[in-house]
Amino acid sequence: MKKIINDPSDVVAEALQGMALAHADLIDVRLDPAVVVRKGGGVPGKVAVVSGGGSGHEPLHGGFVGRGMLSAACPGAVFTSPTPDQIEAATKAVDGGAGVLHIVKNYTGDVLNFETGAELAAADGIEVAAVVVDDDVAVKDSLYTAGRRGVGGTVLIEKIVGAAAERGDDLAAVRTLCERVNANVRSMGMALTSCTVPHAGKPTFELGEGEMEIGIGIHGEPGRERLPLEPADAIVDRLLAPVLEDLPFASGDRALLFVNGMGGTPLLELYIAYRHAEAVLRERGITVERRLVGNYITSLEMQGMSVSLLRLDDEMVELWDAPVHTAALRWGA
Amino acid sequence: MSTPVTDSLTTADVVAAVTRFGAVVTENRQYLIDLDSAIGDADHGENMARGLAAALEALAAEPPASPADALKAVATTLIRKVGGASGPLYGTAFLRASTAVAGKDQLGAEDVVALLVAARDGIVSRGKAEPGDKTMVDAWTPAVEAAQAALDGGGDVSAVLAAASAAAQDGAAATVPLVARKGRASYLGERSAGHQDPGATSTAMLFAAFASVAGQ
Repeated sequence: MKKIINDPSDVVAEALQGMALAHADLIDVRLDPAVVVRKGGGVPGKVAVVSGGGSGHEPLHGGFVGRGMLSAACPGAVFTSPTPDQIEAATKAVDGGAGVLHIVKNYTGDVLNFETGAELAAADGIEVAAVVVDDDVAVKDSLYTAGRRGVGGTVLIEKIVGAAAERGDDLAAVRTLCERVNANVRSMGMALTSCTVPHAGKPTFELGEGEMEIGIGIHGEPGRERLPLEPADAIVDRLLAPVLEDLPFASGDRALLFVNGMGGTPLLELYIAYRHAEAVLRERGITVERRLVGNYITSLEMQGMSVSLLRLDDEMVELWDAPVHTAALRWGA
Repeated sequence: MSTPVTDSLTTADVVAAVTRFGAVVTENRQYLIDLDSAIGDADHGENMARGLAAALEALAAEPPASPADALKAVATTLIRKVGGASGPLYGTAFLRASTAVAGKDQLGAEDVVALLVAARDGIVSRGKAEPGDKTMVDAWTPAVEAAQAALDGGGDVSAVLAAASAAAQDGAAATVPLVARKGRASYLGERSAGHQDPGATSTAMLFAAFASVAGQ
Protein backbone atom coordinates (compact mmCIF):
# COMPACT_ATOMS: atom_id res chain seq x y z
CA MET A 1 0.00 0.00 0.00
CA LYS A 2 1.42 3.37 -1.04
CA LYS A 3 -0.47 6.32 0.41
CA ILE A 4 0.30 9.82 1.64
CA ILE A 5 -0.75 9.11 5.21
CA ASN A 6 0.82 9.02 8.66
CA ASP A 7 -1.01 6.30 10.56
CA PRO A 8 -4.05 4.46 9.14
CA SER A 9 -5.99 5.13 12.34
CA ASP A 10 -5.44 8.91 12.04
CA VAL A 11 -6.54 9.23 8.41
CA VAL A 12 -10.00 10.71 8.94
CA ALA A 13 -9.08 13.04 11.82
CA GLU A 14 -6.02 14.44 10.04
CA ALA A 15 -7.91 14.93 6.79
CA LEU A 16 -10.60 16.84 8.70
CA GLN A 17 -7.95 19.01 10.37
CA GLY A 18 -6.55 19.88 6.95
CA MET A 19 -9.97 20.56 5.56
CA ALA A 20 -10.75 22.89 8.44
CA LEU A 21 -7.61 24.92 7.71
CA ALA A 22 -8.10 24.94 3.94
CA HIS A 23 -11.72 26.06 4.09
CA ALA A 24 -11.86 28.08 7.28
CA ASP A 25 -14.07 30.67 5.55
CA LEU A 26 -16.76 28.08 4.76
CA ILE A 27 -16.86 25.48 7.51
CA ASP A 28 -16.23 24.68 11.14
CA VAL A 29 -14.89 21.22 11.90
CA ARG A 30 -15.31 19.36 15.17
CA LEU A 31 -13.41 16.17 15.85
CA ASP A 32 -15.17 14.45 18.74
CA PRO A 33 -17.65 13.49 17.50
CA ALA A 34 -16.53 14.27 13.94
CA VAL A 35 -18.81 16.83 12.31
CA VAL A 36 -18.38 19.37 9.49
CA VAL A 37 -20.67 22.35 9.99
CA ARG A 38 -21.41 25.29 7.76
CA LYS A 39 -19.76 28.46 9.07
CA GLY A 40 -22.17 30.18 11.41
CA GLY A 41 -24.16 27.02 12.10
CA GLY A 42 -27.90 26.87 11.59
CA VAL A 43 -29.84 29.62 9.87
CA PRO A 44 -32.78 30.70 12.06
CA GLY A 45 -36.12 29.85 10.47
CA LYS A 46 -34.63 27.75 7.69
CA VAL A 47 -34.59 23.99 7.22
CA ALA A 48 -31.15 22.45 7.69
CA VAL A 49 -29.90 19.65 5.44
CA VAL A 50 -27.55 17.05 6.92
CA SER A 51 -25.89 14.15 5.20
CA GLY A 52 -23.08 11.80 6.01
CA GLY A 53 -21.56 8.43 5.46
CA GLY A 54 -18.24 6.71 5.51
CA SER A 55 -15.13 8.70 4.70
CA GLY A 56 -13.21 7.87 1.52
CA HIS A 57 -15.78 9.40 -0.85
CA GLU A 58 -14.42 12.95 -0.83
CA PRO A 59 -15.50 15.55 -1.67
CA LEU A 60 -18.79 13.87 -0.59
CA HIS A 61 -20.11 14.94 1.95
CA GLY A 62 -17.92 17.48 3.78
CA GLY A 63 -16.93 19.17 0.51
CA PHE A 64 -20.57 20.03 -0.09
CA VAL A 65 -21.14 21.86 3.18
CA GLY A 66 -21.76 25.56 2.68
CA ARG A 67 -24.17 28.09 1.29
CA GLY A 68 -26.83 26.57 -0.95
CA MET A 69 -26.03 22.92 -0.23
CA LEU A 70 -25.46 21.00 3.02
CA SER A 71 -25.74 22.53 6.49
CA ALA A 72 -23.59 19.80 8.02
CA ALA A 73 -21.96 16.48 7.26
CA CYS A 74 -20.94 13.59 9.53
CA PRO A 75 -17.93 11.68 8.22
CA GLY A 76 -17.64 8.14 9.57
CA ALA A 77 -14.49 6.03 9.61
CA VAL A 78 -13.31 5.01 6.14
CA PHE A 79 -16.22 3.26 4.37
CA THR A 80 -18.09 3.01 7.69
CA SER A 81 -21.29 4.89 8.41
CA PRO A 82 -21.17 7.61 11.07
CA THR A 83 -22.30 6.82 14.60
CA PRO A 84 -25.56 8.06 16.13
CA ASP A 85 -23.76 10.60 18.33
CA GLN A 86 -22.13 12.18 15.24
CA ILE A 87 -25.50 12.40 13.55
CA GLU A 88 -27.13 13.84 16.66
CA ALA A 89 -24.33 16.41 17.07
CA ALA A 90 -24.55 17.52 13.42
CA THR A 91 -28.32 17.80 13.62
CA LYS A 92 -28.22 19.87 16.82
CA ALA A 93 -25.46 22.10 15.48
CA VAL A 94 -27.45 23.28 12.47
CA ASP A 95 -31.07 23.19 13.56
CA GLY A 96 -32.49 26.63 12.89
CA GLY A 97 -35.85 25.82 14.45
CA ALA A 98 -37.49 24.82 11.16
CA GLY A 99 -36.44 21.19 11.24
CA VAL A 100 -33.65 19.11 9.74
CA LEU A 101 -33.65 16.83 6.71
CA HIS A 102 -31.33 13.81 6.76
CA ILE A 103 -30.17 12.62 3.34
CA VAL A 104 -29.17 8.98 3.84
CA LYS A 105 -27.58 6.69 1.28
CA ASN A 106 -29.15 3.26 1.27
CA TYR A 107 -26.66 1.06 3.08
CA THR A 108 -27.67 -1.06 6.05
CA GLY A 109 -25.27 0.69 8.43
CA ASP A 110 -26.13 4.22 7.29
CA VAL A 111 -29.86 3.58 7.59
CA LEU A 112 -29.57 1.99 11.07
CA ASN A 113 -27.31 4.73 12.46
CA PHE A 114 -29.28 7.63 10.96
CA GLU A 115 -32.50 6.18 12.41
CA THR A 116 -30.91 6.09 15.84
CA GLY A 117 -29.34 9.55 15.40
CA ALA A 118 -32.71 10.97 14.36
CA GLU A 119 -34.34 9.45 17.44
CA LEU A 120 -31.72 11.08 19.66
CA ALA A 121 -32.24 14.46 17.94
CA ALA A 122 -36.01 14.11 18.21
CA ALA A 123 -35.57 13.50 21.93
CA ASP A 124 -33.80 16.87 22.02
CA GLY A 125 -36.93 18.42 20.51
CA ILE A 126 -35.69 18.76 16.93
CA GLU A 127 -38.01 17.87 14.08
CA VAL A 128 -36.19 15.47 11.75
CA ALA A 129 -37.26 14.02 8.41
CA ALA A 130 -35.21 11.55 6.39
CA VAL A 131 -34.99 10.47 2.77
CA VAL A 132 -33.07 7.37 1.72
CA VAL A 133 -31.25 7.71 -1.62
CA ASP A 134 -31.28 4.58 -3.79
CA ASP A 135 -30.33 5.37 -7.38
CA ASP A 136 -27.98 2.51 -8.28
CA VAL A 137 -29.46 0.36 -11.07
CA ALA A 138 -26.61 -2.16 -10.69
CA VAL A 139 -28.59 -3.63 -7.82
CA LYS A 140 -31.38 -5.35 -9.68
CA ASP A 141 -33.75 -7.20 -7.45
CA SER A 142 -34.58 -5.19 -4.38
CA LEU A 143 -36.86 -7.90 -2.96
CA TYR A 144 -33.87 -10.13 -2.28
CA THR A 145 -31.25 -7.53 -1.43
CA ALA A 146 -30.89 -4.67 1.00
CA GLY A 147 -32.31 -2.53 -1.82
CA ARG A 148 -30.56 -0.27 -4.26
CA ARG A 149 -27.51 1.61 -3.09
CA GLY A 150 -27.23 5.35 -2.96
CA VAL A 151 -24.46 6.50 -5.30
CA GLY A 152 -23.90 9.40 -7.76
CA GLY A 153 -27.45 10.70 -7.53
CA THR A 154 -26.66 11.76 -3.96
CA VAL A 155 -24.54 14.68 -5.22
CA LEU A 156 -27.33 16.01 -7.44
CA ILE A 157 -29.88 15.57 -4.66
CA GLU A 158 -27.74 17.44 -2.13
CA LYS A 159 -27.33 20.39 -4.51
CA ILE A 160 -30.99 20.68 -5.48
CA VAL A 161 -32.41 20.03 -2.02
CA GLY A 162 -29.85 22.34 -0.40
CA ALA A 163 -30.97 25.14 -2.71
CA ALA A 164 -34.61 24.57 -1.74
CA ALA A 165 -33.73 24.84 1.94
CA GLU A 166 -31.70 27.97 1.23
CA ARG A 167 -34.68 29.70 -0.41
CA GLY A 168 -36.78 28.92 2.66
CA ASP A 169 -38.96 25.94 1.75
CA ASP A 170 -40.46 24.23 4.79
CA LEU A 171 -39.43 20.75 5.96
CA ALA A 172 -42.34 18.94 4.31
CA ALA A 173 -41.63 20.64 0.97
CA VAL A 174 -37.90 19.96 1.16
CA ARG A 175 -38.54 16.32 1.94
CA THR A 176 -41.05 15.92 -0.90
CA LEU A 177 -38.62 17.53 -3.32
CA CYS A 178 -35.85 15.22 -2.10
CA GLU A 179 -38.04 12.19 -2.75
CA ARG A 180 -38.95 13.53 -6.20
CA VAL A 181 -35.33 14.04 -7.24
CA ASN A 182 -34.42 10.59 -5.93
CA ALA A 183 -37.29 9.07 -7.90
CA ASN A 184 -35.98 10.69 -11.09
CA VAL A 185 -32.28 9.84 -10.92
CA ARG A 186 -30.50 6.61 -11.89
CA SER A 187 -26.82 5.67 -11.80
CA MET A 188 -24.43 2.87 -12.73
CA GLY A 189 -20.71 2.53 -12.01
CA MET A 190 -17.67 0.54 -13.11
CA ALA A 191 -14.08 0.07 -12.02
CA LEU A 192 -10.71 -0.60 -13.66
CA THR A 193 -8.97 -1.17 -10.31
CA SER A 194 -9.87 -1.75 -6.69
CA CYS A 195 -9.20 0.80 -4.01
CA THR A 196 -7.13 0.04 -0.91
CA VAL A 197 -8.76 0.84 2.42
CA PRO A 198 -5.96 2.27 4.64
CA HIS A 199 -6.63 0.01 7.63
CA ALA A 200 -6.91 -3.06 5.38
CA GLY A 201 -3.59 -2.33 3.68
CA LYS A 202 -4.28 -4.21 0.46
CA PRO A 203 -6.75 -3.89 -2.42
CA THR A 204 -10.32 -4.90 -1.58
CA PHE A 205 -10.47 -6.99 -4.74
CA GLU A 206 -8.00 -8.09 -7.40
CA LEU A 207 -8.65 -7.19 -11.00
CA GLY A 208 -6.47 -8.41 -13.86
CA GLU A 209 -4.81 -6.01 -16.32
CA GLY A 210 -7.32 -6.81 -19.07
CA GLU A 211 -10.43 -6.84 -16.87
CA MET A 212 -13.08 -4.44 -15.59
CA GLU A 213 -15.84 -4.68 -12.97
CA ILE A 214 -19.29 -3.50 -13.96
CA GLY A 215 -21.82 -2.44 -11.34
CA ILE A 216 -19.42 -1.64 -8.53
CA GLY A 217 -20.41 0.35 -5.48
CA ILE A 218 -18.53 3.20 -3.84
CA HIS A 219 -17.03 1.12 -1.01
CA GLY A 220 -14.80 -1.14 -3.03
CA GLU A 221 -17.57 -3.70 -3.11
CA PRO A 222 -16.88 -5.89 -6.11
CA GLY A 223 -19.36 -5.41 -8.94
CA ARG A 224 -21.97 -7.76 -10.29
CA GLU A 225 -19.90 -8.98 -13.22
CA ARG A 226 -16.34 -9.02 -14.41
CA LEU A 227 -15.69 -8.53 -18.11
CA PRO A 228 -12.78 -8.03 -20.49
CA LEU A 229 -11.80 -4.36 -20.73
CA GLU A 230 -13.48 -2.47 -23.58
CA PRO A 231 -12.97 0.93 -25.27
CA ALA A 232 -14.47 4.00 -23.57
CA ASP A 233 -17.53 4.25 -25.84
CA ALA A 234 -18.47 0.62 -25.25
CA ILE A 235 -18.12 1.06 -21.48
CA VAL A 236 -20.38 4.13 -21.59
CA ASP A 237 -22.96 2.16 -23.60
CA ARG A 238 -22.81 -0.59 -20.99
CA LEU A 239 -23.43 1.89 -18.14
CA LEU A 240 -26.09 3.97 -19.90
CA ALA A 241 -28.24 1.10 -21.19
CA PRO A 242 -29.55 -0.06 -17.78
CA VAL A 243 -29.87 3.58 -16.60
CA LEU A 244 -32.04 4.54 -19.59
CA GLU A 245 -34.11 1.39 -19.43
CA ASP A 246 -34.81 1.58 -15.71
CA LEU A 247 -36.70 4.85 -15.23
CA PRO A 248 -37.35 4.58 -18.21
CA PHE A 249 -36.02 7.71 -19.87
CA ALA A 250 -37.88 8.64 -23.05
CA SER A 251 -37.45 10.83 -26.09
CA GLY A 252 -38.35 14.39 -25.13
CA ASP A 253 -37.03 14.08 -21.57
CA ARG A 254 -34.85 16.87 -20.25
CA ALA A 255 -31.87 15.64 -18.27
CA LEU A 256 -28.84 16.40 -16.17
CA LEU A 257 -25.93 14.16 -17.16
CA PHE A 258 -23.31 13.48 -14.50
CA VAL A 259 -20.10 11.62 -15.32
CA ASN A 260 -18.32 10.98 -12.05
CA GLY A 261 -14.78 9.77 -11.47
CA MET A 262 -14.15 7.22 -8.71
CA GLY A 263 -10.99 9.03 -7.56
CA GLY A 264 -8.21 7.50 -9.67
CA THR A 265 -9.34 8.27 -13.20
CA PRO A 266 -8.11 11.47 -14.88
CA LEU A 267 -10.52 14.08 -16.17
CA LEU A 268 -9.09 13.41 -19.63
CA GLU A 269 -10.79 10.01 -19.59
CA LEU A 270 -13.98 11.30 -17.95
CA TYR A 271 -14.41 13.83 -20.76
CA ILE A 272 -13.96 11.07 -23.36
CA ALA A 273 -16.77 9.20 -21.62
CA TYR A 274 -18.89 12.34 -21.31
CA ARG A 275 -18.55 13.06 -25.05
CA HIS A 276 -20.01 9.68 -25.97
CA ALA A 277 -22.67 9.71 -23.25
CA GLU A 278 -24.10 13.02 -24.44
CA ALA A 279 -24.06 11.77 -28.05
CA VAL A 280 -26.00 8.63 -27.08
CA LEU A 281 -28.63 10.72 -25.27
CA ARG A 282 -28.96 13.12 -28.21
CA GLU A 283 -29.62 10.16 -30.51
CA ARG A 284 -32.33 9.01 -28.12
CA GLY A 285 -34.02 12.42 -28.22
CA ILE A 286 -33.09 13.24 -24.62
CA THR A 287 -32.03 16.86 -24.13
CA VAL A 288 -29.06 17.29 -21.84
CA GLU A 289 -29.77 20.66 -20.21
CA ARG A 290 -27.27 20.55 -17.35
CA ARG A 291 -24.08 18.60 -16.81
CA LEU A 292 -21.45 17.78 -14.22
CA VAL A 293 -18.12 16.06 -14.92
CA GLY A 294 -15.48 15.33 -12.31
CA ASN A 295 -14.60 13.47 -9.11
CA TYR A 296 -17.51 14.21 -6.75
CA ILE A 297 -18.38 10.89 -5.11
CA THR A 298 -15.28 8.76 -5.05
CA SER A 299 -14.02 5.48 -3.72
CA LEU A 300 -10.54 6.42 -2.46
CA GLU A 301 -8.08 5.92 -5.36
CA MET A 302 -10.24 3.52 -7.36
CA GLN A 303 -9.98 3.93 -11.13
CA GLY A 304 -13.37 3.95 -12.74
CA MET A 305 -16.45 6.05 -13.19
CA SER A 306 -20.17 6.21 -12.78
CA VAL A 307 -22.82 7.75 -14.97
CA SER A 308 -25.92 9.35 -13.45
CA LEU A 309 -28.92 10.70 -15.31
CA LEU A 310 -31.52 12.92 -13.69
CA ARG A 311 -34.82 13.71 -15.40
CA LEU A 312 -35.26 17.43 -14.91
CA ASP A 313 -38.27 19.66 -14.46
CA ASP A 314 -38.34 23.46 -14.31
CA GLU A 315 -38.03 23.60 -10.54
CA MET A 316 -35.03 21.27 -10.46
CA VAL A 317 -33.27 23.36 -13.13
CA GLU A 318 -33.89 26.55 -11.15
CA LEU A 319 -32.56 24.97 -7.96
CA TRP A 320 -29.55 23.42 -9.72
CA ASP A 321 -28.65 26.85 -11.09
CA ALA A 322 -29.08 28.58 -7.73
CA PRO A 323 -25.88 29.94 -6.12
CA VAL A 324 -23.72 27.45 -4.27
CA HIS A 325 -20.53 28.05 -2.33
CA THR A 326 -18.86 24.98 -0.89
CA ALA A 327 -15.33 23.57 -0.93
CA ALA A 328 -16.04 21.35 -3.92
CA LEU A 329 -18.89 22.99 -5.81
CA ARG A 330 -19.21 26.68 -6.43
CA TRP A 331 -21.10 28.85 -8.85
CA GLY A 332 -23.18 32.03 -8.80
CA ALA A 333 -21.86 32.92 -5.35
CA MET B 1 -14.76 -36.06 43.38
CA SER B 2 -17.22 -34.63 40.93
CA THR B 3 -16.13 -32.46 38.02
CA PRO B 4 -16.45 -28.79 38.93
CA VAL B 5 -19.28 -27.15 37.04
CA THR B 6 -20.06 -23.52 36.45
CA ASP B 7 -23.59 -22.93 37.58
CA SER B 8 -23.63 -19.17 37.19
CA LEU B 9 -21.92 -16.23 35.51
CA THR B 10 -20.81 -13.36 37.73
CA THR B 11 -20.18 -9.77 36.73
CA ALA B 12 -16.48 -10.58 36.58
CA ASP B 13 -17.23 -13.52 34.26
CA VAL B 14 -19.14 -11.25 31.86
CA VAL B 15 -16.26 -8.76 31.85
CA ALA B 16 -13.80 -11.63 31.32
CA ALA B 17 -15.84 -12.94 28.40
CA VAL B 18 -16.01 -9.52 26.72
CA THR B 19 -12.26 -9.15 27.31
CA ARG B 20 -11.68 -12.54 25.70
CA PHE B 21 -13.96 -11.59 22.77
CA GLY B 22 -11.98 -8.38 22.29
CA ALA B 23 -8.69 -10.26 22.31
CA VAL B 24 -9.90 -12.85 19.78
CA VAL B 25 -11.32 -10.18 17.46
CA THR B 26 -8.08 -8.21 17.66
CA GLU B 27 -6.04 -11.34 16.89
CA ASN B 28 -8.34 -12.04 13.97
CA ARG B 29 -8.75 -8.45 12.82
CA GLN B 30 -7.08 -9.11 9.45
CA TYR B 31 -9.00 -12.37 8.95
CA LEU B 32 -12.32 -10.56 9.46
CA ILE B 33 -11.18 -7.75 7.14
CA ASP B 34 -10.31 -10.36 4.50
CA LEU B 35 -13.70 -12.06 4.82
CA ASP B 36 -15.40 -8.67 4.51
CA SER B 37 -13.23 -7.67 1.54
CA ALA B 38 -14.49 -10.68 -0.38
CA ILE B 39 -18.16 -9.74 -0.17
CA GLY B 40 -18.40 -6.35 1.55
CA ASP B 41 -16.41 -3.24 2.27
CA ALA B 42 -13.44 -4.49 4.29
CA ASP B 43 -14.25 -2.75 7.56
CA HIS B 44 -15.66 -5.44 9.88
CA GLY B 45 -12.43 -6.47 11.62
CA GLU B 46 -11.32 -2.89 12.08
CA ASN B 47 -14.68 -1.70 13.42
CA MET B 48 -15.12 -4.57 15.88
CA ALA B 49 -11.56 -4.31 17.17
CA ARG B 50 -11.94 -0.55 17.65
CA GLY B 51 -15.38 -0.85 19.28
CA LEU B 52 -14.39 -3.62 21.69
CA ALA B 53 -11.24 -1.77 22.72
CA ALA B 54 -13.44 1.23 23.56
CA ALA B 55 -15.89 -1.03 25.43
CA LEU B 56 -13.10 -2.49 27.54
CA GLU B 57 -11.85 1.00 28.33
CA ALA B 58 -15.36 1.92 29.45
CA LEU B 59 -15.59 -1.18 31.67
CA ALA B 60 -12.21 -0.39 33.21
CA ALA B 61 -13.07 3.28 33.77
CA GLU B 62 -16.32 2.46 35.54
CA PRO B 63 -16.39 -1.10 36.91
CA PRO B 64 -19.91 -2.51 36.47
CA ALA B 65 -21.97 -3.47 39.50
CA SER B 66 -23.90 -6.30 37.85
CA PRO B 67 -23.88 -8.45 34.73
CA ALA B 68 -26.61 -6.21 33.30
CA ASP B 69 -24.45 -3.13 33.94
CA ALA B 70 -21.52 -4.70 32.14
CA LEU B 71 -23.63 -5.69 29.16
CA LYS B 72 -25.17 -2.22 29.00
CA ALA B 73 -21.79 -0.48 29.06
CA VAL B 74 -20.65 -2.63 26.15
CA ALA B 75 -23.88 -1.90 24.27
CA THR B 76 -23.64 1.84 24.69
CA THR B 77 -20.02 1.95 23.59
CA LEU B 78 -20.62 -0.19 20.50
CA ILE B 79 -23.65 1.87 19.44
CA ARG B 80 -21.87 5.19 19.97
CA LYS B 81 -18.39 4.32 18.70
CA VAL B 82 -18.57 1.70 15.97
CA GLY B 83 -20.93 2.89 13.23
CA GLY B 84 -21.47 0.68 10.20
CA ALA B 85 -23.99 -2.12 10.56
CA SER B 86 -22.06 -4.02 13.21
CA GLY B 87 -22.25 -1.19 15.77
CA PRO B 88 -26.04 -0.99 15.95
CA LEU B 89 -26.52 -4.75 15.56
CA TYR B 90 -24.06 -5.89 18.23
CA GLY B 91 -25.02 -2.87 20.34
CA THR B 92 -28.68 -3.82 20.20
CA ALA B 93 -27.82 -7.43 21.09
CA PHE B 94 -25.91 -6.38 24.22
CA LEU B 95 -28.58 -3.84 25.16
CA ARG B 96 -31.42 -6.38 24.95
CA ALA B 97 -29.29 -8.93 26.79
CA SER B 98 -28.74 -6.39 29.55
CA THR B 99 -32.46 -5.66 29.85
CA ALA B 100 -33.26 -9.39 29.98
CA VAL B 101 -31.12 -9.91 33.10
CA ALA B 102 -31.70 -6.59 34.86
CA GLY B 103 -31.46 -6.79 38.66
CA LYS B 104 -29.61 -10.13 38.83
CA ASP B 105 -26.29 -10.49 40.61
CA GLN B 106 -25.44 -13.79 38.96
CA LEU B 107 -26.74 -15.49 35.84
CA GLY B 108 -27.94 -19.08 35.98
CA ALA B 109 -28.51 -21.27 32.93
CA GLU B 110 -32.08 -20.02 32.50
CA ASP B 111 -30.91 -16.40 32.68
CA VAL B 112 -28.26 -17.07 30.07
CA VAL B 113 -30.78 -18.55 27.67
CA ALA B 114 -33.20 -15.67 28.28
CA LEU B 115 -30.39 -13.22 27.60
CA LEU B 116 -29.45 -14.99 24.38
CA VAL B 117 -33.04 -15.11 23.13
CA ALA B 118 -33.46 -11.38 23.82
CA ALA B 119 -30.18 -10.55 22.10
CA ARG B 120 -31.04 -12.61 19.03
CA ASP B 121 -34.52 -11.09 18.82
CA GLY B 122 -32.98 -7.61 19.02
CA ILE B 123 -30.65 -8.34 16.11
CA VAL B 124 -33.46 -9.79 14.02
CA SER B 125 -35.74 -6.82 14.65
CA ARG B 126 -33.03 -4.21 13.94
CA GLY B 127 -31.48 -5.87 10.92
CA LYS B 128 -34.67 -7.49 9.61
CA ALA B 129 -32.68 -10.52 8.48
CA GLU B 130 -33.86 -14.12 8.63
CA PRO B 131 -31.92 -17.38 8.79
CA GLY B 132 -30.50 -18.11 5.34
CA ASP B 133 -29.85 -14.45 4.44
CA LYS B 134 -26.09 -14.93 5.02
CA THR B 135 -25.77 -12.64 8.02
CA MET B 136 -24.89 -12.94 11.69
CA VAL B 137 -28.41 -14.30 12.26
CA ASP B 138 -27.20 -17.55 10.69
CA ALA B 139 -24.88 -18.00 13.67
CA TRP B 140 -27.17 -16.47 16.33
CA THR B 141 -30.29 -18.53 15.59
CA PRO B 142 -28.76 -22.02 15.77
CA ALA B 143 -26.74 -20.92 18.81
CA VAL B 144 -29.87 -19.81 20.67
CA GLU B 145 -31.71 -22.99 19.69
CA ALA B 146 -28.82 -25.16 20.88
CA ALA B 147 -28.64 -23.22 24.15
CA GLN B 148 -32.36 -23.77 24.70
CA ALA B 149 -32.02 -27.50 23.95
CA ALA B 150 -29.11 -27.80 26.37
CA LEU B 151 -31.11 -26.05 29.07
CA ASP B 152 -34.13 -28.29 28.44
CA GLY B 153 -31.81 -31.29 28.84
CA GLY B 154 -30.76 -30.09 32.28
CA GLY B 155 -27.49 -28.44 31.25
CA ASP B 156 -25.74 -25.89 33.42
CA VAL B 157 -24.35 -22.55 32.26
CA SER B 158 -21.19 -24.05 30.87
CA ALA B 159 -23.11 -26.77 28.99
CA VAL B 160 -25.56 -24.19 27.60
CA LEU B 161 -22.77 -21.92 26.36
CA ALA B 162 -20.68 -24.81 25.01
CA ALA B 163 -23.67 -26.00 22.97
CA ALA B 164 -24.36 -22.47 21.76
CA SER B 165 -20.74 -21.96 20.78
CA ALA B 166 -20.56 -25.17 18.78
CA ALA B 167 -23.78 -24.30 16.97
CA ALA B 168 -22.62 -20.75 16.22
CA GLN B 169 -19.42 -22.15 14.76
CA ASP B 170 -21.36 -24.55 12.53
CA GLY B 171 -23.79 -21.78 11.61
CA ALA B 172 -20.97 -19.48 10.53
CA ALA B 173 -19.41 -22.25 8.43
CA ALA B 174 -22.81 -22.94 6.86
CA THR B 175 -22.98 -19.39 5.48
CA VAL B 176 -20.28 -20.21 2.92
CA PRO B 177 -22.53 -21.52 0.13
CA LEU B 178 -25.36 -19.04 0.78
CA VAL B 179 -26.29 -16.14 -1.52
CA ALA B 180 -26.54 -12.95 0.57
CA ARG B 181 -29.93 -11.27 0.80
CA LYS B 182 -29.14 -8.61 3.40
CA GLY B 183 -26.34 -6.17 4.06
CA ARG B 184 -23.74 -5.02 1.62
CA ALA B 185 -22.93 -8.53 0.40
CA SER B 186 -26.45 -8.73 -1.07
CA TYR B 187 -25.36 -6.36 -3.83
CA LEU B 188 -23.15 -9.12 -5.20
CA GLY B 189 -26.03 -11.50 -5.81
CA GLU B 190 -24.78 -14.97 -6.82
CA ARG B 191 -21.17 -13.83 -6.48
CA SER B 192 -21.53 -13.71 -2.70
CA ALA B 193 -21.71 -17.53 -2.58
CA GLY B 194 -18.48 -19.32 -1.66
CA HIS B 195 -17.46 -16.90 1.10
CA GLN B 196 -18.06 -17.11 4.85
CA ASP B 197 -20.06 -14.22 6.28
CA PRO B 198 -17.90 -11.94 8.43
CA GLY B 199 -20.71 -11.06 10.89
CA ALA B 200 -21.55 -14.74 11.45
CA THR B 201 -17.83 -15.37 11.97
CA SER B 202 -17.44 -12.70 14.64
CA THR B 203 -20.63 -14.01 16.26
CA ALA B 204 -19.02 -17.44 16.55
CA MET B 205 -16.05 -15.72 18.23
CA LEU B 206 -18.40 -14.05 20.71
CA PHE B 207 -20.00 -17.35 21.71
CA ALA B 208 -16.61 -19.06 21.92
CA ALA B 209 -15.42 -16.34 24.29
CA PHE B 210 -18.41 -16.75 26.62
CA ALA B 211 -18.14 -20.56 26.45
CA SER B 212 -14.44 -20.50 27.30
CA VAL B 213 -15.01 -18.28 30.33
CA ALA B 214 -17.94 -20.42 31.53
CA GLY B 215 -15.93 -23.62 31.01
CA GLN B 216 -13.04 -22.47 33.17
